Amino acid sequence: MMEYDIVIIGAGPAGLGAAVEAYEKGVRDILIIERDSYPGGILQQCIHNGFGLIEFKEELSGPEYAERFIEKVNKYGIKIMLNTMVLNISSDKVVKAVNQENGVMEIKAKAIILAMGCRERPRGAISIPGTRPAGIFTAGTAQRYVNMEGYMPGKEIVILGSGDIGLIMARRFTLEGATVKAVVELMPYSSGLTRNIVQCLDDFGIPLLLSHTVIEIRGKERVEGVTIAQVDENKRPILNTAKYLSCDTLILSVGLIPENELSKSAGIILDPVTGGPLVNESMETNVEGIFACGNVLQVHDLVDNVTKESRLAADSAVKYIKGLLKQEGKFINAKAGSCIRYVVPQTVNYENIDDKVKFHMRPTDVFKNAYISVKSGGKEIMRRKMQRMTPGEMILIEIKKDKFLDNDLHPVDDITFEVEVV
Amino acid sequence: MEKRELTCIVCPNGCHLVVEVEGKEIVNISGYECKRGLKYAEDEIIMPKRTLTTTVKAEGGHLPVVSVRTKEPIPKELLNKAVYELSRITVKPPINVGDVIVKNILSTGVDVIATRALYSK
Repeated sequence: MMEYDIVIIGAGPAGLGAAVEAYEKGVRDILIIERDSYPGGILQQCIHNGFGLIEFKEELSGPEYAERFIEKVNKYGIKIMLNTMVLNISSDKVVKAVNQENGVMEIKAKAIILAMGCRERPRGAISIPGTRPAGIFTAGTAQRYVNMEGYMPGKEIVILGSGDIGLIMARRFTLEGATVKAVVELMPYSSGLTRNIVQCLDDFGIPLLLSHTVIEIRGKERVEGVTIAQVDENKRPILNTAKYLSCDTLILSVGLIPENELSKSAGIILDPVTGGPLVNESMETNVEGIFACGNVLQVHDLVDNVTKESRLAADSAVKYIKGLLKQEGKFINAKAGSCIRYVVPQTVNYENIDDKVKFHMRPTDVFKNAYISVKSGGKEIMRRKMQRMTPGEMILIEIKKDKFLDNDLHPVDDITFEVEVV
Repeated sequence: MEKRELTCIVCPNGCHLVVEVEGKEIVNISGYECKRGLKYAEDEIIMPKRTLTTTVKAEGGHLPVVSVRTKEPIPKELLNKAVYELSRITVKPPINVGDVIVKNILSTGVDVIATRALYSK
């Protein structure tokens, strides 16, 4: 059986970032396993700019951002096994993988970092009635066709969902000569970044129809059109607002799901809200020595944040193999309270806090001039004013180590994050 | 005096900017959290600019298209023209990240560079 100190599953931004960090922290025996024929993951098809402002203080495209890490991985001589599919991970950290060259192999790791990323919600997940013609694509698939394979999926396009990939693709289709008739969003707000609404829709005069959905797809062989309608506050279509839009293509940008089949095989417990593993402050899952970072843990808005998270996971994996990561201690639960959808990490081992813990969270709705209040045992331990919060933009709250102590200087049982509207 | 509200697109913070304009003169800009935001607001009123990201056709390489971008933002009104210029170009390997694909596109003084490497098949 092959043996490595650290095995990383996935060579996207999270996996590459974790590999570089683990190497720089002194570990040499690292293997990255990637199913695609090239490292970089989804960044290779994200040719738009805006990546790296935090990480490199530059505005890069996705492939350029990936290249910075690929160069380092190559320079350090970190091994990447490409065209290799992981089939299973066991709780004692044996990875079963397959490729054309070696057939099925078993690889034993001292620590594993999960960096499999996420996938798109498909049509089946949102149940649109109508026929089953050609011409329905998820936004990411269309992005790969246009930016990497050199194909256009259609000429007259309607986009359902206003996630960032949908917005980015609305601009991309327009620049390539197609007409984007509308971006249709079920919610009363867009789940994408405001800057993308400005530069991808407003710049090109593409209408964003909030509180609308597609209620029927027409066409037998190929999409011929869709019927859209406004929805009421319970998200039910208001039928007398129905309107037919002819189009040859329907693009779905209706959310992303962390890809955790492998995590389940290792007995890792998932958070029902994020769809990713439950982790502690060290990004360690409930299975000792298995860590998670990037979109497999929680769907991020920014790759720069994925990189930061990958560093934390790699640092923890390095500590773990050196026996420096404490498994025993006082665990504090971090809970999502009123108007907060989720909090990551979900637990904190007080013994492993260096200086502070960074919590990521999303609100359930759009709020203006509200506060994030962090409470423990009914007492507020921190409060931060937020000018504007939206579910499309992740919030970061840092809490210093001493805030986790009660009046008798014992670590508290749990902390709760809530939105307070004044 | 006219008040114009903008969302800064330079970074994901998306600062809400308020620009007070008197005729064609900018009187005051507020709401930005960094210098980039101030510059964006000025440009957006005087001459809006965007970074263009697209692809060009490739022949004999490991990919059928290569992703490119303008090295700096170019005037927004030139985006379509620039895309048209780039649609008529075919590149051949080897291409490295950062290689200039078109020098001084549409006399803007801005080069178009490759954002992905292209190897021979």
